[in-house]
Amino acid sequence: MLLIECPWCGPRDEVEFQCGGQSHIERPGPPEAVSDERWGAYLFERINPKGLHRERWVHAFGCRRWFNIARNTATHEIIAVYRMGESSPDAPSGDGAVP
Amino acid sequence: MYWDSGLMNQGYSGWRVLLEGFRGQSGWGPAWRSPEPAPEYDVVVIGGGGHGLATAYYLAKTYGIRKVAVLEKGWIGGGNTGRNTTVVRSNYYYRPSADLYNHSMQLYEGLSKELNYNVMFSQRGMITLAHSRHDLEAATRWVGAMRLNGVDSEMMPVAEIARRVPALDTSASARYPVWGGFIQKRAGTARHDAVAWGYARAASNLGVDIIQNCEVTGFVKDGTGRVISVMTTRGLIKAGKIAMAVAGHSTALAEMAGFRLPITSYALQAFVSEPLKPVIDTVVLSLATGVYLSQSDKGGLVIGGALDLYPSYAQRGNIPTMRNVLGAVAEQYPSLGRVRFLRQWAGVVDICPDSSPILGETPIDGLYINCGWGTGGFKAIPVGGTVLAHHLATGEPHRLARAFSLARFTSGALIDEAAASGIAH
Repeated sequence: MLLIECPWCGPRDEVEFQCGGQSHIERPGPPEAVSDERWGAYLFERINPKGLHRERWVHAFGCRRWFNIARNTATHEIIAVYRMGESSPDAPSGDGAVP
Repeated sequence: MYWDSGLMNQGYSGWRVLLEGFRGQSGWGPAWRSPEPAPEYDVVVIGGGGHGLATAYYLAKTYGIRKVAVLEKGWIGGGNTGRNTTVVRSNYYYRPSADLYNHSMQLYEGLSKELNYNVMFSQRGMITLAHSRHDLEAATRWVGAMRLNGVDSEMMPVAEIARRVPALDTSASARYPVWGGFIQKRAGTARHDAVAWGYARAASNLGVDIIQNCEVTGFVKDGTGRVISVMTTRGLIKAGKIAMAVAGHSTALAEMAGFRLPITSYALQAFVSEPLKPVIDTVVLSLATGVYLSQSDKGGLVIGGALDLYPSYAQRGNIPTMRNVLGAVAEQYPSLGRVRFLRQWAGVVDICPDSSPILGETPIDGLYINCGWGTGGFKAIPVGGTVLAHHLATGEPHRLARAFSLARFTSGALIDEAAASGIAH
């Protein structure tokens, strides 16, 4: 069971939340300059790491706002919670992977 | 040594069981060899689950390629092959999926004889329950699609379901009222460990080296970018071609090789109850709750449900999903409400955006893949091995696998089977 610290509502049970997958994916553009390969990668490829993963969550049965979590996918330890638009405190790289 | 006695290649039979009875069971030996890794193989298969072992078996048997090694990080069948709920079915919607999974079902029908190993394939049927008018409409459409694809399946009225599954609450006041359903009569269950062990034994007898406790730690490429060796915890192994069938850990290996996959790993839980007298003689899946159950030959109820819906490599699963799954069982089968559970675990499954597998070439020359089966890889073991062996041996994709290439995520030709498990994964 995860105890998730919503940035607006405080600590709540995981059943109030939904996970929206990998964070910090940037939409490539302009559209006419994006190849099929690049577009396919943007839509479908995920880093899916065993370990630290930065991902979006929504407080679906609460304030219904989106935010980011840095979580370990093997132990479920939540390392950081930070708002949309903020960069991850531990690793400010662009694609969600923690180097 | 047993290996020197020449007994290893003898088949299992009733006579053998009788003979060993007289000899105090002293003549049985290990079912497969455990050799040290050779420095070089024609094909190295990474992953000693069902798909990897089946690939090695068909390489040796169908194509005569016997210099093959299967590398397994832990023990064979210790991953998802030993963690699934053993259901075999082919109730898919689109033609390519129907052809693929139905071929697998046909291979399962002959598998015990093929491998000389009893995989206990029991075609006890699988009933899918509809709990509303909308469920029933979806089920009718589903059955229509299956029949058009040549997979036999039929609608089942409530009275017939109540007769076949007396433990199910089909009353009008049920929490999940049953409006009807459909049955695939050839679906059923198989003994999952036996599938891994049977393929391992048959492959080993054909000369395949099964190397356990051997983790792949990296790939070596030549100047053209082609993979030529795997680095392992038991040394460097040279390979003509390399195949990977590692389910939930596919992206980790892909990362080592230098490419990415459209795969996310999730935990899928399974539950087994204390043994009961026979109470359910088929597999029943509920479209409302996504929960399904069957009863093993030992008497335990084998139960599965939805994924834990966030990325996970934890082979245990979390409490809220467990509560949903078991709560649904208690509501739908009131007489089972007080049954105690023996075990619970999770497998790390490789979910694709279109819920269909990825089969064939990777962006890396010399490296082939079998992954993306998600929550339904067990039923596909025979066909997964068949098509990957074909591709490795001939250099061309098998006709059943052509539609399932990694290239579909660039072309957009997805095969969206998201509804085909009947569970909102």
